[in-house]
Amino acid sequence: MNRVVITGLGVFSAAGKSVAEFWENTREGRSVIGPLTIIPTDDLNVKIGAEIRDYDPKEHFQSKQLALLDRFSQLGLMASRQAIADADIDFEGEKGHRTACIIGSGVGGQQTLDEAYYRIYAEGRRGLHPFTIPKLMLSAACSQISMEHGITGPAYTIASACSSSTHAIGQAFHMIRSGMVDCAVTGGTEACIAKGTMKGWEAIRVMTLDTCRPFSKGRTGMVLGEGAAVLVLESLDHAKARGARIYGEMAGFGMSSDAMDITLPDAKSAARAIKGALVDAKLNPDDIDYVNAHGTGTAANDKTETHALRIALGDSAAESAAVSSSKSVFGHALGGAGALELVVTLCAIGDRVLPPTANFVEPDPECDLDYVPNQPREREIKAALSNSFAFGGLNAVLAVKPFNG
Amino acid sequence: MSSVESDVFDIIAEKSAIERSKLSLEAKLKDLEIESLDVVEIVFAVEEKFDIHVPYNANDQELEFDTVGDVVNAVEKLVSEEHG
Repeated sequence: MNRVVITGLGVFSAAGKSVAEFWENTREGRSVIGPLTIIPTDDLNVKIGAEIRDYDPKEHFQSKQLALLDRFSQLGLMASRQAIADADIDFEGEKGHRTACIIGSGVGGQQTLDEAYYRIYAEGRRGLHPFTIPKLMLSAACSQISMEHGITGPAYTIASACSSSTHAIGQAFHMIRSGMVDCAVTGGTEACIAKGTMKGWEAIRVMTLDTCRPFSKGRTGMVLGEGAAVLVLESLDHAKARGARIYGEMAGFGMSSDAMDITLPDAKSAARAIKGALVDAKLNPDDIDYVNAHGTGTAANDKTETHALRIALGDSAAESAAVSSSKSVFGHALGGAGALELVVTLCAIGDRVLPPTANFVEPDPECDLDYVPNQPREREIKAALSNSFAFGGLNAVLAVKPFNG
Repeated sequence: MSSVESDVFDIIAEKSAIERSKLSLEAKLKDLEIESLDVVEIVFAVEEKFDIHVPYNANDQELEFDTVGDVVNAVEKLVSEEHG
């Protein structure tokens, strides 16, 4: 089995349009949650989110290409361009065949879908633009990324709601580990802030009107965000052979399903995914210095996740690990969340700094671990976990550690 | 029984699969085995029926709706606020 390392990072998020800007805001706990401006909010109860500002797609895409790109594909491409440039890698010929492109997304081209429905049902127009389907399909971002960069190996999109990009990265990891490919461009993207989608989310009654306060007493729910993150993964041999810069090592991947409720999480099942990642990575619970939590800020998740960490790590290791939720900074980016949060975890390892849980007000007796409230803290990280626990009980956990040779 | 009460009883009876005649204002939603997603659906049905917005957040750790009577009271109040 090959060892797998991360050699390129790219981010296009509400918290930053580059890895440097994104990490700085996340590390400092500077929440970018605020009033939504990219859609009108007069008819919405929830008027806040984490949106990408000062972004004009025309500055980054030729009009012919742009005509084929829903916003979720645009964000995915912005992130993949950065990651691939960062890895300083190309995919000519055989190299392309030996590279996978696995991209996660929860709902794909929502803006295109929303506009298409509006045209048909509200405006009563006779037909839709011919590019409607190629834009909205869940796999569009993956196709566009593979097309732009010439990636000709195994390529597809994985959808598992809030765990999509964690599952995608885990799959890519498996493929390199088994030798099926040498390299993978992987991550996730979501851009679902459209009126219809917001109405759908409001109806589930888990959105806050305040802000996202994971693990805090009095938290009132989640905030939607948009964004994409892409990572370049390679086998260690492949990375060494070309003298690639290595951010860290992908150590393990754990998965499980709750098989219980379509929205409420289950601690025991989540714990199995956490444990699975540890076992796969051959790590002990007390090796874990940092957990980047799923931490959505809902009453249900944060309590359940705390319990799951205690079950999986044991009380002592759970209490000595630091746990923080980056959703407090850039909201819940759904299909993009896992990838964005893995980038945070890798930056934390590299900088030896724990990013905080922002907007933390007061400890909740049912959430009784160290959540690094509000302020970053220096800490050497031997190994870290990144959790994703999706609606419908689809759990995915990645374990990463510094590359020590 | 007022018409608001009657409509709310209809909605809750449907969701809780309990005979409508067995429902009372004092009945606790917990005891009716109404789960969290059921509550959300009840809220939606109430909003559609009465054309009101119910500011219900599933994260509120103090349950606003403890009994059937609480639901009826909340709806009556919201109906009069929204429709005078």
